Amino acid sequence: MSGQAPALAAVVGVELRKLAARPRTWVTIGMLCALPVVVAVLLSVTEVAPRPGAGPAFLSAVLANGQLYPAAALGIVLPVFLPVAVAVVAGDAIAGEAAAGTLRYLLLRPVGRTRLLVAKLAGVLAFTAAAVVAVTATAWVAGVLLLGDAPVATATTTSGSALSTGELLWRTALVMAYVTLSMTGVAALSLLLSTLTDSPLAAALGGLGLLVSSTVLVALDAAQGLRDLLPTRYWLAWVDLFRDPVLWTDVQRGLLVQGGWVVVLLGAAWANFTTRDITS
Amino acid sequence: MSAAPSGDGWAVRTQGLTKRFGTVAAVTDVDLEVREGERYGFCGPNGSGKTTTVRMLLGLVLPTRGRVELLGADVPGDLARVLPSVGALVEGPAAYGHLSGRANLALLDAAAPGPGSRRERRARVEEALEVVGLAGVGRRAVRGYSLGMRQRLGLAAALVRRPRLLVLDEPTNGLDPQGIRRVHDLLLDLSAQGTTLLVSSHLLTEVEQLCTRVGVMDRGRLVVSDDVAALRAPTGRVLVAVDDPTAARAVLGRRVVGGHVVEGLGERLVVVGSPVADVVRDLVTAGVAVQEAVAERRTLEDVVLERTTAVGEDR
Repeated sequence: MSGQAPALAAVVGVELRKLAARPRTWVTIGMLCALPVVVAVLLSVTEVAPRPGAGPAFLSAVLANGQLYPAAALGIVLPVFLPVAVAVVAGDAIAGEAAAGTLRYLLLRPVGRTRLLVAKLAGVLAFTAAAVVAVTATAWVAGVLLLGDAPVATATTTSGSALSTGELLWRTALVMAYVTLSMTGVAALSLLLSTLTDSPLAAALGGLGLLVSSTVLVALDAAQGLRDLLPTRYWLAWVDLFRDPVLWTDVQRGLLVQGGWVVVLLGAAWANFTTRDITS
Repeated sequence: MSAAPSGDGWAVRTQGLTKRFGTVAAVTDVDLEVREGERYGFCGPNGSGKTTTVRMLLGLVLPTRGRVELLGADVPGDLARVLPSVGALVEGPAAYGHLSGRANLALLDAAAPGPGSRRERRARVEEALEVVGLAGVGRRAVRGYSLGMRQRLGLAAALVRRPRLLVLDEPTNGLDPQGIRRVHDLLLDLSAQGTTLLVSSHLLTEVEQLCTRVGVMDRGRLVVSDDVAALRAPTGRVLVAVDDPTAARAVLGRRVVGGHVVEGLGERLVVVGSPVADVVRDLVTAGVAVQEAVAERRTLEDVVLERTTAVGEDR
């Protein structure tokens, strides 16, 4: 290794260790898990579910079968809570190191700038995936303990047909993957801003700005021409993964839109970070 | 140690190094040359471009114009190849506050692993903590460290790789006198083993004690680059302290050959144009008691103040 830039794996490993060693990471994930549990408790105590079609997607179905609850829980954290957490972690990625002064020492190790950026992205994705897994797991436990435990055979798709345990599992896994990937647009923007400013807060708020604007514009009829390009446009398409047969169109579009945002924003982040003066 | 490129005897070499931030010229046409094995002091007032120059040497800031060569390698082109042989402390230490000093060093080292097995690398971290006197702090988080401890941790981080070139910005900032002595001894020790030192410091006495060569920056330009010994050569003036200044003036005034008194401050006289020995001999022969006689040397401070813009002037 002597005299050479380190392998990417080493840098990614260090990023993951740093994330894991940070209390904030676990507090955030804990809070993400707490919200669906609170919802589950309220549902089980009151047995009042939102009318079908109103409230967070899917919630009306979970009273009958708690095993559908993990997907519903992801639906609860998806619109606001999860993207906020992702924006904070991604916004902190480079700007946090700059503010702490550790950025220059990392680069002097030397950790190449491109490698560091890729490692930071891997860290953000790992955080998102860990949060999604944690929410799914806690929601499964809460669902089984607190909500309806009717046999799996009666767990139904939103189209009304029955689901086997196997089907339930892979569909839930697909939802987890889709929710994780849906966060990449917000993550990429926060990461770009994180390379532009030395303030982690500004970078995180910028990412949230995109989230809020996108949410507003998606709901605005006058923005119809733009709508299909907005990062939050297809976020709720995960529900289609519980239709029978699975309705792939919007899921695929959602992934394409995220991919487009990610390519453009990460490209800009890379172009900026690799040519920028580090004065922090 | 690291198989870095050979430097042809130059640890640092810049040509026409220039950096503009927008319309502000931070550094202009700096030709900095540091030989391998040398102890080079880098001085200058705040805002004179020292830090920007150091950052350009290390590839953190990209030059607007000019060339940088570090241990014979082109910067920023060959940075990844040369940086493993360089240890640096730039604008103060920095560490992850929630981790211990040891964990910080291990983490930094793991991000770009040096040569050797995991155990050898751990041993190097321990050794670095040992030489800066931090081996005993255990698992305490850096958040609870004093300024001096953070500074020593920063030095340890620079030393972990056993670098051929050490670039240190204000290495003794925040240290107590014992700590300063310890760091000076450490640096002289490393220098004796062949490490090149580039020390930037506001403390000119520190540079005087530590360095063999000195460069002075002023308003973005390198205005002095010379051996400390040459800058501190005798000025030709002799300072004499006597019990009876009036008699001494009379004695020296009668001399046909030799120097004369140019000024006197109480019992101290300044004599020009005569070696110390002659002045003392003449005074003692005439019965004037001499308390002290010394050939005047300029301090580094005199040199720097003379060659740089006074504080408050437009910079």
